[in-house]
Formats: sequence, structure tokens, C-alpha cells
Amino acid sequence: MKRELKVSAIRNGTVIDHITPGKAFEVVRILGLEDFDSVVSLAINVSGGKSEKKDIIKIENRILSKEEVDKISLIAPHATVNIIEKYDVKSKEKVEIPDEIVGILSCTNKNCITHYEPVKTKFILKNKNPLRIRCYYCERVLNEANIKKALEKA
Amino acid sequence: MIETLKLLKGNHLVSIMKDIISIHDFDRDQIEGVLKSAQIMERFIQGTDILEGKILATLFFEPSTRTHLSFESAMKRLGGKVIGFSESSSTSVAKGETLQDTVRITEQYSDIIVIRHPRDGAARLAAEVTSIPVINAGDGTNQHPTQTLLDLYTIQKELGNIDGLTIGMMGDLKYGRTVHSLSCALSWFDVSLQVLSPPGLELPSYITEDLMEKSIDIVEVEDMEDLSVDVLYVTRIQKERFPDLEEYEKVRGSYRITIKTLDHLGEAIILHPLPRVDEIDPEVDTTPNALYFKQAWNGVPVRMALLASALGWDQ
Repeated sequence: MKRELKVSAIRNGTVIDHITPGKAFEVVRILGLEDFDSVVSLAINVSGGKSEKKDIIKIENRILSKEEVDKISLIAPHATVNIIEKYDVKSKEKVEIPDEIVGILSCTNKNCITHYEPVKTKFILKNKNPLRIRCYYCERVLNEANIKKALEKA
Repeated sequence: MIETLKLLKGNHLVSIMKDIISIHDFDRDQIEGVLKSAQIMERFIQGTDILEGKILATLFFEPSTRTHLSFESAMKRLGGKVIGFSESSSTSVAKGETLQDTVRITEQYSDIIVIRHPRDGAARLAAEVTSIPVINAGDGTNQHPTQTLLDLYTIQKELGNIDGLTIGMMGDLKYGRTVHSLSCALSWFDVSLQVLSPPGLELPSYITEDLMEKSIDIVEVEDMEDLSVDVLYVTRIQKERFPDLEEYEKVRGSYRITIKTLDHLGEAIILHPLPRVDEIDPEVDTTPNALYFKQAWNGVPVRMALLASALGWDQ
């Protein structure tokens, strides 16, 4: 039986593959793709190679910054980021949660000094699974739910 | 002076770390190093000159009596001098100066900074923007590491050891930074915790999770009569934390130590970071259980040890 791609290939841009099922909308939100003016295609609950489900996002004409890739790692730690050039995969990289997460999250503690002084936020990775990070300044520990909230605010 | 230095060096009073920001930065050896140094400092409580020529700047953006005065006292007993402010309204902060700029400016006039600030994380930020040592004298609801070290010093001095003890914590455990710092430090020791707080003022989950990760046994008790502890650490329940004044009046009495409630506590020592409002009846002050005034005195040798260590006089 002929297998068909449900979402068409892109010429230039980025494919975010192996996104945790159900997390594609969150990734779209934190990357601000709702307001992006090129084509963005989403595939939800696609069957992966080992019959595991995954989400995929294809973004035409956009290369992600390191900060954006770091943001994705906090929501979909198994995702891969593929750079596409002329329909070919130029590079493929697995996202990795950095040991220090700088300037991409807003601290959920309203009394944290980072809300009152001109300073970049910084979090230290405490645990990958379940994900726990600690604000370098106020020392508040953020769990997955807090991180989601912090990413949306950032 | 030379004799004093020789004695301190001979007792291995080492430089613990440049900045004292959070108990999270300490391991057990470093905590014990401070306690040992404080013990040595007691011999020099009448005065020494090891920090002669050094200036401490105290930046108190929030009111404080004990912490501020004991740091001043400690610096002066070490032969140093003190400058600073105890309310930010008379400084450039009132004109909108950032904390970072205030710290950078203070660095020009002093050798070490002690800071108290209402925002969580302010001391860490201060330490980042200056090359001179910074000591956290309380940042928002986060940490109060020097209070914790003097709490531990008091426990060790009075009971001989910290390991093997059951420590009770009672009062506002949610917002009390002294409780947060102390819990963190106790996780390095073989202790059990019993906690008692009004509903809504329980120990935050990020702290209990940390303690459980380190296999510290925590028991929540519902009534003071259920406490069975060697040390009872009492904190103030602040009226302003209650949206309803009636609710405050209701819980206030249940967390009050009187001569009568002492019966349940046996020989347990009672500590309090102070100030107290009415959570400990003054009648209790003269009992052998009451150690909170001695605890406040212990702040001086502990802070002498930290100032001397942070300034790295023995390098």
C-alpha cells in the first residue's frame, strides 16, 4: 500500500518533528506562529516509526533561534528540529533542555526581583523527568505546569 | 592582632565563600565550618582588630532591628566600621535608582555589603553586579541564611548535636523566610520535622518536595498537644496574611505558647527569630525552655565569623 504524507513537504524552512502528542498547539503559541505570515502546517497524532504517536509542525521560510529551540525543549523534550533547504534536510538536531535557561521564561513568582529590575531571567535545570527548574534569583522551583504558564507570559 | 590571627588560623577558620546568599549554596561541611568559626569568635566577643580598616555597608530596604544591629555589632567587634541606611526613602532609590546601580555605587565606598530587600532574589542580583562580598540579610519570602546559621548554632550549642533531633516548626510556614532557610539547612542533617501551621500557611510544596527528596521525615500535626519535639521553632503569624480579621483572631490563640502549653513540650527548647507579637507569652521568657534571647545574642559571633570569612582575611 502506498504511504502518503498527510502534510506536504516544504521547500525552505524548519520541520519540528517528534513533538509530544498534543503539544503542537503549545509550540505554535510559544513560537508566536499564529501571527507568522508564511505557511505553517500542523499534523497532530501522526503515527511514528515505532507506532508511537507524535505531532509535527512545518514552518515555511523560518529558521529558529537558539532561544526558540530551548523553549521547545521545555514543552517537547523529545522533539527534533530539521532545517530544510530546497526540499533537502540540511541539518537535524534533537532539542536538549539546557542546564541554564536564560532569558526565555518569565518567573511565575510575582515577587521575584526579575520583575522589578532590568535583568534577564535565569533558571537552573534541577530535574529532567519530571521537569523541575529553579529560578536562579528567587529560588522558586517551577514544575511543568508552572513552566507552561511562564512560557506563555514570556 | 597577630596572636588573634594565629589562634583563628590554628583552628582552621577558613574562608567559607565570598557571598552568603542562600542556604542552598552550602553543604554540610560548610555549615559546620561556620558553626565552628562562630564558636571561636565567642572568645573575641570583647573585640579584636582583624577587620581594622574595612568598611561594611548595610543596605536595609526593609525594617530590621536584630539583624541590622547584630551585623553592626559584629563588624565593630572585629575592628571594622559601618556605613549604610535602614530605609530606602532617604536614598536615590526613592528617585527611581535601580538596585543594581545602588549596589555598584555602594561598592565604591565599602569593602563588603549586607543587604535586606523586600523582593525575592534581590541579594543574588546584588552579588552579580559587584566584585565585593555580599551577605543576604533577608530577601522577600525567600531566604535568610545568616538567621539560619545562628539558629543551627543555637541548637548545637544548647543540645550538643543537630543529628538525631526532632525539630518542630510552628506558625506561618508559607511566607516565613527563616523557616524556608532553616528547612533547607536541616536537610543536610539526620533530623525529623514536625510542622504545625494555620490552614493556608503551610510549608510550600517546593520546599516539602526538596525535603522529601533528601529523605527527611516530615509529619504534619494538627494541634500543639500532638507535638513531640526537641526543638520548637516558632514564627509570627502576620495579621496581614489573613483576608478576614475574624479568621486571624480564631487561629491566633491556637498557636500561642503559654506556661500551660509548656506542659506538653517537656524539655523542648523554644526558638523564635523575633520579633514576636503574642505567639509566646512573656511568662514563658523566664523558663528554661525559652532560648530566643540567647538565640538573638548568638547572631553576633555567627555574623562575626561570616564577615571575617567573606572578607577573606586569612587568604
